[in-house]
Formats: sequence, structure tokens, C-alpha cells
Amino acid sequence: MTPILALDDVSKHFGPVEVLHGLSFALYPGEVHALIGENGAGKSTTMKILAGYQPASSGRILLNDAAVTFDTMRDAEEQGIVMIHQEFNLAELLTVEQNMFLGRELRRGPFLRGAEMQRQTREHLARVECHADPRAPVQELSNSDKQMLEIAKALSRDARVLIMDEPTAVLTSNETEILFQQVRALRERGTAVMFTSHKLDEVKAIADRVTIMRDGKVVFSGPAEGLSEHDMAEAMVGRELSDLYPARPETVPGEVVLRVRDLDVPGHARDIGFELHRGEILGIAGLVGSGRTEAMEGLCGLRPATGAVEIEGEPVTIRRPSDALDRGLCYLTEDRKTRGLLLDKSMRENVTLQALPRRAGMMIDRAGEERILDEAIRDFDIRGARGVRVGNLSGGNQQKLLLAKVMQSEPRILVTDEPTRGIDIGTKQQIYRFLRGLADRGTSVIVVSSEMQELIGLCDRVLVMRLGRITGQLAGRDITERGIVRLAMGIAQEPGSRTGQGDVTPASNTIDADRPT
Amino acid sequence: MTQTDTATARPARRLPPMTVIGPVVALIALIVIGAMLNPNFLGYANLTNVLSRSAFIGIIAVGMTFVITAGGLDLSVGSMAAFIAGLMIVVMNAALPVLGVGLPVILLGVATALIAGLIAGLINGLLITKVGIEAFIVTLGTMGIYRSLVTWMADGGTLSLDFGLRTFYRPVYYDGILGISWPIIVFALCVIVGEIFLSRGVFGRHVAATGANAEVAHYSSVNTTRVRLATYVLLGLLVGVATIMYVPRLGSASQTTGILWELEAIAAVIIGGTYLKGGFGRVWGTVIGVLILSLIENILNLTDHVSPYLNGAVQGVMIILAVILQRGAKTGK
Repeated sequence: MTPILALDDVSKHFGPVEVLHGLSFALYPGEVHALIGENGAGKSTTMKILAGYQPASSGRILLNDAAVTFDTMRDAEEQGIVMIHQEFNLAELLTVEQNMFLGRELRRGPFLRGAEMQRQTREHLARVECHADPRAPVQELSNSDKQMLEIAKALSRDARVLIMDEPTAVLTSNETEILFQQVRALRERGTAVMFTSHKLDEVKAIADRVTIMRDGKVVFSGPAEGLSEHDMAEAMVGRELSDLYPARPETVPGEVVLRVRDLDVPGHARDIGFELHRGEILGIAGLVGSGRTEAMEGLCGLRPATGAVEIEGEPVTIRRPSDALDRGLCYLTEDRKTRGLLLDKSMRENVTLQALPRRAGMMIDRAGEERILDEAIRDFDIRGARGVRVGNLSGGNQQKLLLAKVMQSEPRILVTDEPTRGIDIGTKQQIYRFLRGLADRGTSVIVVSSEMQELIGLCDRVLVMRLGRITGQLAGRDITERGIVRLAMGIAQEPGSRTGQGDVTPASNTIDADRPT
Repeated sequence: MTQTDTATARPARRLPPMTVIGPVVALIALIVIGAMLNPNFLGYANLTNVLSRSAFIGIIAVGMTFVITAGGLDLSVGSMAAFIAGLMIVVMNAALPVLGVGLPVILLGVATALIAGLIAGLINGLLITKVGIEAFIVTLGTMGIYRSLVTWMADGGTLSLDFGLRTFYRPVYYDGILGISWPIIVFALCVIVGEIFLSRGVFGRHVAATGANAEVAHYSSVNTTRVRLATYVLLGLLVGVATIMYVPRLGSASQTTGILWELEAIAAVIIGGTYLKGGFGRVWGTVIGVLILSLIENILNLTDHVSPYLNGAVQGVMIILAVILQRGAKTGK
């Protein structure tokens, strides 16, 4: 079988820095090809070269065995090569339908054929089981619907090669399964699919062929058959991987440091009540849209909320984030790119931003800031040139910088939201160690996460939320995937059966989750 | 923009040089051209005149740098200055029979200007931050309101300060210490304090963070509402200060006072390298922007080669050039 698209000894450098060294691998029609590697291994750049977004510095790109040069992404698209980016490429203010047909609108003379485009949009969305309204503005969609829209858009263009950069990072497990059904259908029809993912179980589940990159080189490219998740992880990291999760201490948790009662976040969460002990890692599980994030943001003064909160036995009122910070309560956002870091600024300005008024008086001490950055780079193992724009750091390093920034305010209670989203396994391990180390030294940690393995591996206790309420609590050996799923879906359903959030019974006090039903 | 997946992108410690030296080079070029065209250009009298006249816009532009860096905009400052000037004159004239010509009347006028500026800035700021209306729309509205108020107060004509009082107040514009006139001294003080606070102060860092990404700033426990409000109040106060220096120059206010000052101030800020969309600003750059704009006008007035009526055209070219330079620097090309 001849490959449809292949890289032959491709290198890439930015200025004097070579980031890809002599890559060769091939995509075959009717095959799902996973590209895996740690953050910074060069996966995104490789994909951009494949899809014509960036030229290779040397080497050849072969399309059906003939060397090609794509001057623009449009050239590549005309050859049936479509790429879906990690960051959405959607016009937020336009509607779903307008985005679907952007640049290729159906027309009759000078007029748009609105009804026809809406009908086709609905069809394309139905193929990926997305039920967003074609007339809704994209900014009102949830992340997963946006992802599905991107995929539907690519599919509508009859892609022969579909390249997806971390398509499942923002999807729930249910949505991931729908996506994979679509990918399998594409494979049947002879499309070549390439995707990246940090979730190795997904790679194992769907990939026919795997290419593993490390430090800009291909260290393995071959059939997925016979390759275990552990093999993949070790090839990515380039060393023996001991346990991903740190050991839980045997000690009993300390006294209650945070007591929350009747916390209401209008429109998102209701009657949230729980206790958090000193040195404990408490997980919060739930589907996307279950109000996990909003409840924690309400607690930390980031959005309007009412309720009774006690910290270290004292009732406190938290109206704005600085009130929370004054009480040693700090929130690490799930969205490091738009809420966490100033992407156009340097590491120095980012790392001190949170703690600035507490560290400094009126004036900023530059030398002091440099010292703080030195410490942060050392303590959190942040790799990257010091003066570089933070937006140019890899995801893992951004996440470590964000953690360093939050830790500058020395929180006694740290709320982390998706602390390892979109980062590689080696960095994940570092972050888990760090959070456990914090807890061992007496800080209380809350981990909001969509990754069940993470909650099971890391947390002492897990609360599960559904439709804006806490539906249950699991501790110790009871923290299992099955237990979490049951509580997250509503107890009556058998876990594993296909249950979208769309068809939950409206018997309970329904709170509009931020997704259309 | 080069996007690399590796952590080792090119070192970006140094700012792109053209944004830093561009305005400085332009200023030096203007000074050289001016000196070649007219020997009086570098004379004490001419320089003092140019600098004193540019001080009003300059003082306002310092405040505008903060507002723009925080991601805002204020179109109302020119009208605000005219209104405050009119109000000062009305208040001082009214108090004259009671207080007589002397320092108390002037102090009353100064207090009026500062309080009016503060309140005007507060109104803009509250409408923008608390009510949540676009800065452009709010200040477009208040611009019309102040302009109309001053026209109404002057009944379509000119408000004049009492003659005796004018003579007493005049030195605030025309005199100074060590041969440097008061407007220049006040302008310099505003610049120094502003530059220090914007580049080294916690407030300045919060202003830049708010302008760069208000959401990130919010999640970093910065009170972005207060920061943005503070920039408008600061600008209002500085408009008050500028008016205090302006009134003794002519001793009058009319519907044409301060016309287009807002655009000159914004232009100076942008020429100086502050990003119009916010996130990065520098007060010293704004000073260079102010000087460039006023030297262009001055040179055109001193020479016969180009009509001074083309002043606006030359300034317009400078503004567009400055923005092109900025954009080139940001895309790294």
C-alpha cells in the first residue's frame, strides 16, 4: 500500500534553533495514526508542516509518492488535507451555520441560501451527534460542541487526510466515544486520520499506527499492535517510568480547615456543602457542565455566590478574589491560556502577578522579581528561555509556570481546576508529586478533574457533582471509576450504558448546564 | 509570529529595537531639520514657547497613557478641559467681589478645576466599569455634553476672566524658575511621577495586566474594576491640572477651547509606542510623541517651504507610520 502523505527526512528550525530533526513517517489511507510525545517534543510543529501551515526547513513532503510544497494551508486543503487545531478556529460572534460555511457560502446570485445552509449544517452536525442549533452564536456553545463543530466542518470538506491536534482534550469520555465512532467510520471510507493525544488509553483504543516523538526526533513509528501503554509512555519520556501517582500517606487527615455550607452560584450550582481537612487532597468529579468549576469559582470570589464559608473555624465573607487570597485560599484556573497567563508578557511579570500587592509595597523590586523567577524555575522545573513570551512556552511549562504563580501567594488552601489538562505524562507526574508534597506539608488541596484515573490515583476523597449539586462522596478504596460514573450520571443508570447529558431526567431540580440539550 | 512547540524559542529579552528607538530617531531628525531650516529654532524663546504650549496636551497625554494601557480610551478630555476652564472662570469671577484679587481666588479656582476633573473622570469611569458601556461610546457622549455645557455657559461667546485677576494669574503660565516656565515644570513632574508608577509601580503593573488580558488579571486577584476606574479618575485630575496651567495663558474659555486635544493626546500616546489595544505603555514614549507633534507644527510655522495649513496632514502621516512600526515589531518581521 502506498502512503497518501509522508514526511521524508524533514527538519525545521526557527532562527538558529532546530526543533525537528530528520523526521520520516507515513500516513496510509484507511488508517488511524497517533502521534504522541511529551509537550515540546515537536508534535504541533510536525502537524503544521503536514497541513501546510508552516514550511519545512529541509526534507520532502510526499503526497501519493510525489514531492509537494504547500505554500498555504489552502493548497493543502485543496488536496484534501484538513487540520483541526487545538485552539479553535471559529469566529465566536458568528453562528454555527455561518462558521460551517465560512468562505464557501452557498449562494444564488448575490444572495445567500440561508435555509439550505442551515439544513446542511444540521445534517453535518447530526453525523457527529452534535445537537447545537445552527442559528446559535458559536460563543454560546460549550467547548465540546465547538470541537464537534470543527470536526463536522472538516468532514463536510471531504477530507482525505484529517489531522487533529488533541481533539479529545476538551471532550468528556462520552463525547470522545462519539468522536471515535466517527473516526472509525472515516477509516472505513479510506480516510487517513492523524491525531495527537496525551491519553494513551485512547491511543491504544483507536490507533492502527503510532509515531512517538521525543526532543524533535521520531523514536518509534510502526504498528500499534503489541505496543502497551507503558511501552509508549517510556518511549516518550525516554526513561523508566515509576509510579505515575505518589503514594498516599498513612496518616489520618488533620482538623477541618474549610467548611462550606449552602453555597449557591446562581445558574450553576446549588446547596454545595463540604468540609476540607488539613493536608487532604479532595477531588471533585462530574461531567463538563455539572457546575464543578463554577462552584469553586464562586467559593473563591471569582463569580457571584452566596453561602456560609468558614476557614480555620472563622466565618469569612469572600466577595472578590483578593478576599480569598487574604484568607489563604487560592484558585488555579482550568484555562491557562485565557484566564491563567498573560501570553504576551514574560515569565517574570507572570510569576509575580498574583502575589504582587503582598510581596511589594507601592513599588516593584525588579531584582527581587528575578530572584522569585529563579526560585520558580528551579522549584517547578520550568524549561524555556527566560525572556521568552509566555505564549511560546509549551503547554507543560505554561502549566508549571501557572502553578508557580499561584504558589507565590503561599495559599493554605489550593483549589486546582484540571491541573494536568493537555500536558504530557512526565509533567503530570511532576505535578502530582508536587500536589502531594504540598498536602504532606499541611496545605489542603482541592482537585477538580475530568480524568477519572487522576482522581482515583491522587485523591484521598472525591466529591461527585451532577447538575449543580453534590450527589455523593467516595473515599479510600471506594474511589472507583464505576462509583464516580454512577454518581455523575445519576444513580439509576447502569454505568457504561450510553447516557448523554442531554437525556438526563428532568425530575430533579434541573439547573441549566452550559450546554444545549 | 513564530510559534514553536519547544521551550527554546529565540530569546526575546530585548524589545524589538524599532519601537524603542523609532520615535527617538524621528524626534532627533525633526530637531536637526528644524535647526537647519531656521536658526531661531533652537533658540531659548522658541523652545520655551513650543514646550509651554505642548505642556497642556502633554499633561493630559500622561493620563491618557494609563487609560490606554489599561485597555480603555477617553475622547472627552478636550471638551472636559474647555468645560473646566469655563467653570473655573465663572467661579473665580463670582467669588471676586467677596475675596478680592489675590491668592484665595486663585486657590478657589485651582480647587474647582481639580474637583471638577476628578468628578468628570469618575463619571466616565463609573459608566464604563460599573454600568459596563464601551469606553468609546461613554466618552463620545460626555465629549458632546461638556462641549455643549461650555458653549451654553458662555452663551455662545467667550467667558473671560476678570481683567485684574487675569494680570495676577498670568505669571503661572509665563513665569517660572531658573528660566523654565511653570507649565514645563508641572509637565515634567507629571511625566516623572507617571513614568515611575507605570514602569515600576504595582499600580502600573496591574494597569498593564488589565489591558493585556482583563480575565487573567481578574483570576490573578487583581481588582480590574478598580484599576480601570482609577485610570479614568487620574486622567480627569490631570485634565484639571492642565486647565489650571491653561487658563492664565488667554484668561478665557469658549466653545473652541481645547478642540481636538483628545485626538492629539491619543496620537502622542500611540506615537510613543503604547499599544492602542492596551497591555503595554510607556510614559516617556508619550513625551516623545507630544514633542514630535508640537515640533512638526512649530517647524511648519517657521519655514516657508510647506504651508502650516498642512500641519494636520504631516501629523497624520506620523501617526500612521508609528502604528506600522508597532505592528512590524509585534509580528516579528
